[in-house]
Amino acid sequence: MALLNQGCPGKRFFQQKNNYQMVKAIESSGISKKFGPTKALDNISFSVNESEVFGFIGPDGAGKTTLFRIITTLLLPDEGKMSILGMDSTTNYKELRKNIGYMPGRFSLYQDLSVEENLNFFATVFGTSVEENYELISDIYSHIEPFKKRLAGKLSGGMKQKLALSCALIHKPRLLILDEPTTGVDAVSRSEFWDMLGKLRKYNITIIVSTPYMDEAIRCDRVALIQNGKILSIDTPQKIKAGFSRKLFTVKSAEKYKLIKTLRKNPEILTAYPFGDSIHVTLNNNTLDNSLYEYLASEGIGDAIIMEAEAGIEDRFLELMEKDNGITNKA
Amino acid sequence: MRTIFYLIRKEFIQIFRNKFISKAIFAVPIVQMLILVPAVTFELKNVKLAVIDKDMTSESRGLINMLAGSAFFKVTFSTFSEEEANNLLHRNKCSMILQIPSGFGEDIGNGKQGKLLATIDAVNASSAELTWAYFNGVIRDYNMDLIKKNLTSGSFVPLPRIEITNRYWYNELLNYKYYMLPGILVILVTAIGFLLAGLNMVREKEIGTIEQINVTPVRKYHFIIAKMVPFLLIGLTDLALGLVIGKVAFNIPFEGSVLLMFFGSSIFLIAVLGLALFISTYSGTQQQYMFVAFFCMIIFILMSGIFTPYESMPMWAQDFNLINPVAYLMRINRMVMLKGSTISDISRELYSLVVLAILFTTLAIRRYRKTA
Repeated sequence: MALLNQGCPGKRFFQQKNNYQMVKAIESSGISKKFGPTKALDNISFSVNESEVFGFIGPDGAGKTTLFRIITTLLLPDEGKMSILGMDSTTNYKELRKNIGYMPGRFSLYQDLSVEENLNFFATVFGTSVEENYELISDIYSHIEPFKKRLAGKLSGGMKQKLALSCALIHKPRLLILDEPTTGVDAVSRSEFWDMLGKLRKYNITIIVSTPYMDEAIRCDRVALIQNGKILSIDTPQKIKAGFSRKLFTVKSAEKYKLIKTLRKNPEILTAYPFGDSIHVTLNNNTLDNSLYEYLASEGIGDAIIMEAEAGIEDRFLELMEKDNGITNKA
Repeated sequence: MRTIFYLIRKEFIQIFRNKFISKAIFAVPIVQMLILVPAVTFELKNVKLAVIDKDMTSESRGLINMLAGSAFFKVTFSTFSEEEANNLLHRNKCSMILQIPSGFGEDIGNGKQGKLLATIDAVNASSAELTWAYFNGVIRDYNMDLIKKNLTSGSFVPLPRIEITNRYWYNELLNYKYYMLPGILVILVTAIGFLLAGLNMVREKEIGTIEQINVTPVRKYHFIIAKMVPFLLIGLTDLALGLVIGKVAFNIPFEGSVLLMFFGSSIFLIAVLGLALFISTYSGTQQQYMFVAFFCMIIFILMSGIFTPYESMPMWAQDFNLINPVAYLMRINRMVMLKGSTISDISRELYSLVVLAILFTTLAIRRYRKTA
């Protein structure tokens, strides 16, 4: 397997990590895909190590699903090469499909078949049986086993998700691809879901997962930030956070809307984004002094509390996005 | 092979779990046979006749009685006003006006030519022609009576004449139901093959389940075959049900081999299912599929010769029927059921269906993409 390292933004990271012993689960170089005039994917290069949990983080429409459809051999790229589990994604797709487990973003199991029938069906089309690989899914499936006679369409969102994961795992894939598995699922189920993924680590399954939720990034080994069909950055979540280049301050006030409008009017403020009940702010001169309090007071906001804070992944993402777009939100 | 078996089992579970479809599969043939077979008829009976008898002689009354006595005519109006009669014709209250001018009886009595005026509603050209033919028949009989009357009063020399005694083969009583029933059975099988399988396939696309299938090692031909087999079996079951109804309700004769008919229908179903699945690969929604499939189905059925004789269609239409599977089965069914044709009699139709079945199925498998 030749190592395709040219033009790969994340290559320095891997070279440090001794890439002679490590077989890459996915090696993608220069993947592009157009739909008519829109470039859904633009020169995407990355590689995923075996048995790592790799996250693609980005807003809706960033190109995550298109990329995943290429990885699952459902879509052919216009340009570029992708090697998955050492096999070419466009020519060796027949062999690849036996080794891939895919959970699409939309629930795609048969709603008019029962839980048990769905699981059995997907086991048999992969030429295996539920018993053979039960160990792998037991942790997940045990939650829904009491409802195994129920039709899949009648399950709750969280249970559907567990069934879909069970079906994607039933043939013991080497690569598991999860397209926005937690979208539309409640916070508790989301956290539970990530716990389940964590338990799969011991089976050496490589997991690729996409999500629009920044807070899920920390549960991945490495993440790629993706926006407008381009990868902005690939690193561990910690390093991505650490990449935030400025000091970050949170500003709180009872009148949040007025606060953000007032902040964005001030030329001393570089960025101001709403985050929950506060506003994350970076300053042009990067130092906090009383002038900001005075400015807010003069604009009629006397109750503002300003504190220095640690940047999260989302802050870094927004910073990268602005660099990429070359615009600020001040206008 | 095992994969195909599991795929087929899945289809059957889904079909019979669908409360509506599982009932409709059995209800449709029953309703179709019981309603369509007796209702779709070209026989013309009881043509409504308006009579303007300005003559009022025994001759004119004799003619009217003869018309009323035949099975084809029913004198529903009698008037002296031409305007009123035309009005009746205009409002569809009658379909023919017969005018007998005054002097009709007198002319006949004097050995002169009698004159009549018949006005026929020809919106439906073929029923107008039939009415005209029936009317001519009655007039001919009336003429014969007149001649006989004159002869008996004169000499005993018989007139030379040619008499035709006819016998209708294969459907001696000219029972229209016998002709229509095999055709209705074809429509039944066509509808099942065309609509159910294609819609089933498009539904998998709409719901997104096809996405999950496409990432499995299931082969294209596995999937297509698994979509065809259940509906092939359902089609044949419905055919059997339809035949039983035909026997019980209409006592239809069955001259040929039942097995041969099922054999022909099986090949036909493969061809139609192949075409349906081929169309479904082009459609993204059930609505799109329905529109195209319905259009094809109507064309195939109307051109198949179910109502109009195949041979009287223009040449281009007959050429089109070379790729019309419905036309072949229409002939096979009628020939086997009514004539008792054997496999060698219908070999041309069978070969053509085999070619179409291979062609359409190959197209469907080739067109079905697991990759976009």
